[in-house]
Amino acid sequence: MNRSIEQLESMVADLLAEARKQGASAADAAVSSSAGLSLTVRLGEVETIEHTRDQGLGITVYFGKRKGSANTTDLKPAALREAVSKACTIARNTCEDDCAGLADPQFLARDYPELDLYHPWDIDTDQAQRLAEETEQAARDFDVRINNSEGATLSTQTGSFIYGNSNGFVGGYPTSRHSLSCVVLAQDGECMQRDYWYDSRRDWQELAPPRTIGEKAAANAVAKLNGRKLGTRQAPVIFRADIAPHLLRSLTGALRGHAQYRHSSFLPDSLEQQIFPAWVSVTEDPHIPKGLASAPFDNEGVATNPKAIIDRGVIQTYLLDSYSGCKLGLPTTGNAGGVRNLAIASGDLNLEQMLQEMGTGLLVTELMGQGVNAVTGDYSRGAAGFWIENGEIRYPVEEITIAGNLKDMYQQLLAVGNDTDIPGSVRTGSWWIAQMTIAGN
Amino acid sequence: MSNTLDLARETLLSPADIDDSRLQHIMNKLMSSRVDAADLYFQYSRNESWVLDDGIIREGSFSLEQGAGLRAISGEKTGFAYTEDLHLDSLLEAAACAHAITRAGEDRRVAVAARQAVQPLYTGDNPLESLPDEDKIRLMKELDAAARAADPRVKQVTVNLVASHDTILVLDNEGHLAADLRPQVLCYVNVIVEQNGRREQAGTGGGMRGSLTWFLEDGRALSYAKEAVRQALVNLEAVDTPAGAMTVVLGPGWPGILLHEAVGHGLEGDFNRKGLSAFSGRMGEKVASPLCTVVDNGTLPGKRGSLTVDDEGTPTSNTMLIENGVLKGYMQDKFNARLMGMEPTGNGRRESYASLPLPRMTNTYMLPGENEPEEIIRSVKNGLYAVNFAGGQVDITSGKFVFSLSEAYLIENGKVTAPVKGATLIGNGPEVLTRVSMLGNDLALDQGVGTCGRDGQSVPVGVGQPTMKVDEITVGGTAV
Repeated sequence: MNRSIEQLESMVADLLAEARKQGASAADAAVSSSAGLSLTVRLGEVETIEHTRDQGLGITVYFGKRKGSANTTDLKPAALREAVSKACTIARNTCEDDCAGLADPQFLARDYPELDLYHPWDIDTDQAQRLAEETEQAARDFDVRINNSEGATLSTQTGSFIYGNSNGFVGGYPTSRHSLSCVVLAQDGECMQRDYWYDSRRDWQELAPPRTIGEKAAANAVAKLNGRKLGTRQAPVIFRADIAPHLLRSLTGALRGHAQYRHSSFLPDSLEQQIFPAWVSVTEDPHIPKGLASAPFDNEGVATNPKAIIDRGVIQTYLLDSYSGCKLGLPTTGNAGGVRNLAIASGDLNLEQMLQEMGTGLLVTELMGQGVNAVTGDYSRGAAGFWIENGEIRYPVEEITIAGNLKDMYQQLLAVGNDTDIPGSVRTGSWWIAQMTIAGN
Repeated sequence: MSNTLDLARETLLSPADIDDSRLQHIMNKLMSSRVDAADLYFQYSRNESWVLDDGIIREGSFSLEQGAGLRAISGEKTGFAYTEDLHLDSLLEAAACAHAITRAGEDRRVAVAARQAVQPLYTGDNPLESLPDEDKIRLMKELDAAARAADPRVKQVTVNLVASHDTILVLDNEGHLAADLRPQVLCYVNVIVEQNGRREQAGTGGGMRGSLTWFLEDGRALSYAKEAVRQALVNLEAVDTPAGAMTVVLGPGWPGILLHEAVGHGLEGDFNRKGLSAFSGRMGEKVASPLCTVVDNGTLPGKRGSLTVDDEGTPTSNTMLIENGVLKGYMQDKFNARLMGMEPTGNGRRESYASLPLPRMTNTYMLPGENEPEEIIRSVKNGLYAVNFAGGQVDITSGKFVFSLSEAYLIENGKVTAPVKGATLIGNGPEVLTRVSMLGNDLALDQGVGTCGRDGQSVPVGVGQPTMKVDEITVGGTAV
């Protein structure tokens, strides 16, 4: 069972009082509790049933300009006291830091919107089993070459949290999240491939149908069979929409205040610079109802607001919390804890039309490895997908890498598709980049 | 071990008033009705981490995690529940949830008894208390100063110092009780250097199961600061990597991540039981050059990936995976070993009480060959010398693996020449080791910073290898 909002609120109040008692000049605290079910069916049989139940609290204390923090999964009063005491001991050992402290009270979220993030699902294990079975069965029925499975998983979770600080802010709300996923294997002779599909929603009634998820997983796996390598070359590249979000996340990572003040960004001191073609705009909207990353206030209690990050190709803002804002001499942008619901404006073309426009090139549907250097923007990753000629898929390709530099890739963005129907909190279509280096045999 | 067990009981069970008869009561509840196997896993973890950044000790945090995970297995089905509350009522409730995987059947009874003692591979002492806070701070400041003093081009230094202590206790359905006290320490230095407007970064560090004082021995941590600066300065001179298939010489130690990705994951028991791995059904077949012998060894004293007993209470072992090129063994937990009619190998690991155990690697490495490292480099006309890596990934079904190089050089006419940047290696696991043509006599393990992620669970691991020549592998870069 989840703890009630009232219980969490009183725990936060106790923590802040304890911090004051132990000598802290300021403090903030967050307490959360969640519960859920995760059920996997593999080859038509239940494989695992996991009952999840998590709770935790985090406290940060300030002694003037010194800071210490602690967290614990044990919420009994003795553990609360110990956590505060540990945080205080640490704070006494950290250095004076002029920027350390709570958010400026004027930015705290006073009246925040209700974002409709809580839709509990009254589902028992039998129902969960049936949905997972239906998903996996749709995948296994899709093609005779689907001959093995890692299973289909239904998971559902509800939780709630409260954040409070010694400037008088207390806020919190319940949330829910439900997911359905499927991973299957396709085989043709010696060649074996696996692929997946999933959906994840705040409201379980909006989950994609089991059949759609199963069939997409199966179609993805079958399409990869009998892939070839490519010869080393330079060519245009289209990143299919479902793998394109990382290109936006690299952008927001580079604009994070922490990366800016440390000069560990491939876009240093880049405010008001043109880094994309003039038709590109990127926005953050933390207030999308039922949005997976929606939040009315950030991790410091600061009100979040929709904003333009890129307008006409030009950087409009860094993404700051109070600390990095102070380091850069700017106010917080309400991005403590990250960016919430990113979107890039899409063009008029769907994926097929983009392939037609491109003519010859690489459609990337899968990326491997971590080869993105956040300091230099150097990009070099393993890839798989399809070789395109005359706008048509010629054959699947695998065991190749694609390489470039993110700064060049952004400048060479030719189009973003309108195929934005992808799961997750980032809204984007497929990205067409003018040229990258492909390494193969 | 008896001492370890007593300490674990004292930490985990006594505060919640759980004695052997109550443990039996919970296990009986978990084992009721047609359950084949079950276990109860208790954990208490403390972790402390410090961050020096921008010249000051900016952050410190402490975390405490405790709980119990209860698992019931019937055939290939697993029921699992966990709780942060270690008192009897919560544990019984979790047991009821976990055993609901089965519908009806015969009840069974178990009696609790300590497992046979195993010699611990590391001290049970709490590393959080192995140095006074002032000394931890002093060490970090010294590393910051050393990195900045090493070269005027150093613009930014970040130092992380982490210590954790895990107490675990596991009871299986045979009634065997096992415990482990697991220390872990880590120190990492990251630097950013700048020259004529060009910025590069590099990081290096080390760790082990033991005390923070280890970093003070022989200037060990100081060497991380100097090494991070050296690597970053090399990167300042790096040119674009040539793209295409070529001969690659991998340096000793950390490049063993190739083994971890290319063959290690594919030899984890569950993937093979389910026929999901590119190595499935290939036991006894030739999967590597005869030069290659690969083991997973959880028994190396003090190493980051080592465990006295795994998370199912099985003592770890030195498991032969590939012997002279022939596939010899899988890494097993109890569940998959039982279903495959094999013996557990002590590879049953879990991130915490809140996750299910899986067969996972410990320290995976290749045994040395007979060549001098210089001789291997000399034998290459044109190729790449890969020394340091930034992480990798594998698709165990297709066998495709990839990893990113953080320090690499061209080899031209048998000599190591210009450093290159942004290089990625991609290959096929079951193929790559068949192309190993020379193997060095310089086996080294990594410095103890490896973490392996699988199914959302992170566990500390080690890798290692001698200098290795692979005749052809695809190198990703920007230069054509």
